[in-house]
Amino acid sequence: MRHDYEIAVGPIHPALKEPIMLRLTIEGEEIVDVDVIASQNHRGIEWIGMNRNNAIQSLYLAERICGICNFCHPSNLVMAIEEIADIEVPDRAQYIRVIQGELERIHSHLLWAGVAAHEIGFDSLLHYTWMVREKVMDVLEAVNGNRVTKAIIMYGGVRRDIDEEKAKLIRKMCSYYREAFNKLAKLFLEDDTIKKRTREIGILKYEDAMKLAAAGPTARASGVKKDVRQDFPYFAYPDFDVHAITPDKLLGYTVGDVYDRIVVRLLEVKQSLEIIEEALDNMPPGDIIAEKKLVKLMAKIKASEGEAVARYEAPRGEDIHYVMLKQGYEPLYSWKVRAPTYINILSWRPMLLGYQIADIPIIAASIDPCLSCTNRFAVVKDGEEKIINADYFHRLSIEKTRRLKK
Amino acid sequence: MIPKAFKRSLWVFHINSGSCNGCDIEIIAALTPRYDAERFGIKLVGSPRHADVIAFTGPVTNDMKDKVIRIIEQTPDPKVIVVIGSCGIGGGVFHESYHLAGPIDKLYPNAKYFYVPGCPPRPEAIIQAFAKAWEWLEEVEKK
Repeated sequence: MRHDYEIAVGPIHPALKEPIMLRLTIEGEEIVDVDVIASQNHRGIEWIGMNRNNAIQSLYLAERICGICNFCHPSNLVMAIEEIADIEVPDRAQYIRVIQGELERIHSHLLWAGVAAHEIGFDSLLHYTWMVREKVMDVLEAVNGNRVTKAIIMYGGVRRDIDEEKAKLIRKMCSYYREAFNKLAKLFLEDDTIKKRTREIGILKYEDAMKLAAAGPTARASGVKKDVRQDFPYFAYPDFDVHAITPDKLLGYTVGDVYDRIVVRLLEVKQSLEIIEEALDNMPPGDIIAEKKLVKLMAKIKASEGEAVARYEAPRGEDIHYVMLKQGYEPLYSWKVRAPTYINILSWRPMLLGYQIADIPIIAASIDPCLSCTNRFAVVKDGEEKIINADYFHRLSIEKTRRLKK
Repeated sequence: MIPKAFKRSLWVFHINSGSCNGCDIEIIAALTPRYDAERFGIKLVGSPRHADVIAFTGPVTNDMKDKVIRIIEQTPDPKVIVVIGSCGIGGGVFHESYHLAGPIDKLYPNAKYFYVPGCPPRPEAIIQAFAKAWEWLEEVEKK
């Protein structure tokens, strides 16, 4: 007689931003097997880039691969094409790109911290984190003209300069976050409830992280010292002293659990603030774009041929784009995108094995999958199908928090 | 803007049919303290059966087509759908793609639609759309 049963999570579920499906085999409360079924969010972006759009239009399409990391995908495309077409980027533009990338990291990590708090039933912390996050959204809007999709990067530079006035705003934001950081760190790292729900939960061992090629904060929280900004610096990063952040910097040891992932992301927010301030101080004067005339730029890209791979440290991990251009062919001849979540999803299996159903939301969210919306689960037991919505799931999670508090 | 009598709070169920998350994070931003839609009683619920209005994002990929329709059918009548973002309205940057079944108003015409254009729209615009949907629901109730 079989004692285990299956829970299907998704494709529509709260802890998953992209629709994706998880099939979990449960024995009692314990998770014994995990299977991931992806592809529900396939929009054919690469196909559009290779057939309908020209290279400049594809830039804005790349922005919409992911609305949260909407700077890293176009950055990758830009880096690849700049390498193929041999476009020299002015120094000032490279510094502005660094600032933009770090602003995005701050907003993304704070967003994640809020979602993580929500997943363990700590909603007041979600609201607090998102309130703090609005500050960086204001700055993004002031600097770029839009809160989320920025449309700031262009082949050969950036489209808008950061002048004194904007620099002042960004500096103000940095000092605001320095204060807020201490409070956030206290709330996230010293709170007993959070500690109980995240310590020794969802452990990804160093060996597993290496084997599964985990990327970004997920890998760093397991003690893997890798960061594209440190290993293969792009933009103006060679000028900065960026080191991969591992949890032992703060705690002295690494466990590789959900708590460690919180530590890494919080420390990275601090690191981003340092990089932004350094970049503002050392920003060289000069042009912000190599070629202002789009027609001329387009002609140059159309005339070039070759292939390139670009790497970028996105908030979720290493993002890779492969681009191939062919002379006289207006769209990209070939375009392959490998987003960080794609590899990090694999680490769900070692993370989830052996833990309880109530831990699924926080473990699933801990790798910061490009998360989204609707909450529904189908529990299949003895051939009968029963739909359980995420409320039930969320309630389980809250109940566990309460039990631990007692 | 808000109907006179708050007969009930507006409960919202959020469906992502393959959007880029841009609109989804703005929906959450609309609920959190800066914009605070919850002060009007507007809140996200975990089950489509509890929802008065659906917040819909994304251009509907082929994989999500059946699932999205199944969820919309589970919501009580009258079905009100607020489509958030340009790609939900007409495909946006993804139009002409081989893997799109949408937009949703063509797939499921028997509902009242409200549109919030923008890529992504601002949280204020999202709240306004819900206020409009709310007014419409009050009208229906009066009849």
